[in-house]
Amino acid sequence: MSTVADASPLYLRRTPARTLPPPTRRAAPIDWVRRNLLSSPANIIATLVCLVFITWIVPPLVRFLLIDATWSGSDRTACLASATNPNPGACWAFVRAWLSFFIYGFYPVAERWRVDLFFIALAFGVVWLLWLSAPRRDIGAVYFFIVLPVVSSMLLRGFPPIGLASVSTTLWGGVLVTIVVATVGMVASLPFGILLALGRRSTMPMVKILSVTFIEFVRGVPLITVLFMASVMLPLFVPERFAPDKLVRAYIGVALFASAYMAEVVRGGLAAIPRGQYEAAQALGLGYWRMMALVILPQALRVTLPNIVNTFVGLFKDTSLVFIVGIFDFLRTIEAARGDQTWASPVTSLTGYVFAALFYFVFCYGMSRYARRIEARLRRRAAVKER
Amino acid sequence: MANVQDAPGAQNRPDTAVEIIGLNKWYGEFHVLRDINLTVARGERIVICGPSGGGKSTLLRCINRLEDWQTGRIVVDGIELTDDPRQIVAVRRDVGMVFQHFNLFPHLTVLENCTLAPIWVRRMPKRDAEALAMRYLERVKIPEQAQKYPARLSGGQQQRVAIARALCMSPTIMLFDEPTSALDPEMVKEVLDTMVELATDGITMLVVSHEMGFARQVADRVILMDDGQIVEINEPKAFFERPQHERTRLFLQQVLR
Repeated sequence: MSTVADASPLYLRRTPARTLPPPTRRAAPIDWVRRNLLSSPANIIATLVCLVFITWIVPPLVRFLLIDATWSGSDRTACLASATNPNPGACWAFVRAWLSFFIYGFYPVAERWRVDLFFIALAFGVVWLLWLSAPRRDIGAVYFFIVLPVVSSMLLRGFPPIGLASVSTTLWGGVLVTIVVATVGMVASLPFGILLALGRRSTMPMVKILSVTFIEFVRGVPLITVLFMASVMLPLFVPERFAPDKLVRAYIGVALFASAYMAEVVRGGLAAIPRGQYEAAQALGLGYWRMMALVILPQALRVTLPNIVNTFVGLFKDTSLVFIVGIFDFLRTIEAARGDQTWASPVTSLTGYVFAALFYFVFCYGMSRYARRIEARLRRRAAVKER
Repeated sequence: MANVQDAPGAQNRPDTAVEIIGLNKWYGEFHVLRDINLTVARGERIVICGPSGGGKSTLLRCINRLEDWQTGRIVVDGIELTDDPRQIVAVRRDVGMVFQHFNLFPHLTVLENCTLAPIWVRRMPKRDAEALAMRYLERVKIPEQAQKYPARLSGGQQQRVAIARALCMSPTIMLFDEPTSALDPEMVKEVLDTMVELATDGITMLVVSHEMGFARQVADRVILMDDGQIVEINEPKAFFERPQHERTRLFLQQVLR
């Protein structure tokens, strides 16, 4: 009889195996290409097709936008075909000449510093709110949702008591209007959308019917219709003296429209929260509003974040429809400027539209990049990370 | 050791913790609870067992009004549960509940899970709530996990957090709805140990469970429910050794096999 230790043959280890470092990955570019672009016949074909497409589309684009483009000049002659530039590209000189119109519309030149100040104040608020590790984001929220609307309204519309001459909203235009309408729409649609979504899931029949009717009606008609209704019908319901001006009517139209969509997005998120979460919150004695605010909505909004941003992106682009009720938004300023005789050339309109596209793209892409980062952060945190 | 009986007003509460009178509940046509009468004395520890679908969980969930019922009355801590939301909230504040699937809030850390209700329902200052939460987390033996998110914890740890979370509201009554049946076998013991320890404290406990060992060790009375009715109710010794009803005998044979 012998113990296990005595009997253990020589090939058995007596100490635990050493922990080895993971093998270093080969990161040579050639290796990467082989593994990712040429790994299979289908992949090779896809790679080739994409290469053909890129060579077909990119060089002419670069030539038009950059190489052959006209960067400076004082009128149309700069952008016409000439001996030095037989095939003129984008007429950026035109955009430069009209840039301040694109940004401010007819806002009085002497008062444009107010618009600049508003942009700065808005950017400050947006960064404060969206930069997750910024200090005192609670104050940031107060600033953004209470201080900023009041101050910027006084700033932009004018406030004679403190010497700011009033500027009629009919003079507003361009980027200013687009940003203001989009911001109002986004800021209003989230809370209203949440309320509507809660209303739709409510057990109170009247609240439920009202919410469902509103959501389905607004979603069932085009934005143009909503804008028309807001702009034509709204004045019928309020005394003439209090009838809101055209821009405010457009805000209301856009906000109503966005709220209905937001409500459906939020509803999807609410549906994804398991019943146990509601029960646990109730069992702890939380009432309906606290349960929603502290337990359910924080989770639901995280789930729906991509869809919320998607709605915002759609809303931002949809603001270009407000021209239909006579609002001079960014796209409308481009429309107006491209008819200018001093700059009439074959590429003027095209340049204007390309510029518009770039503007919308920068904002929308920015939003979706931000959403991606937040999503990744939330996923990391929810899945494994400790704080 | 933190004493749960320190809860404000615990002294002048009635001797009856829960009184259920003639309770009937239907899900559509299905009669889930049939004429239930039960009086639970303060400090009593009751284990409810029985085959699944017998109405055990439903009965438990009626006590803090997570389920409503059609006829009958329930009085908890002298407060009658009516449709009045204020009464319901008043009862829920004093009744802690632990669920089969823990139901921790995944977006909050363990500590935040525990302090949420004390801060927002009891209006306790954050610092005090955190001190209280740490005391209970120590008691369930996981203070070192306080800053983690629930998803990082094992099932047994999560259930212990859920117990601590309920205790942070200083409840006078604790309801346990199959607290160990979603756990891997090796984690059942740590949760049961926590519950046994809690039972020595004198808190009123109603536990729906198939853990017969726990029932034998801790319960003052054991109830067998089947078909929506209380079939047998007795002290554990008598319940396990001399069951009065055929159905109890059958059930015990199955679980104790």
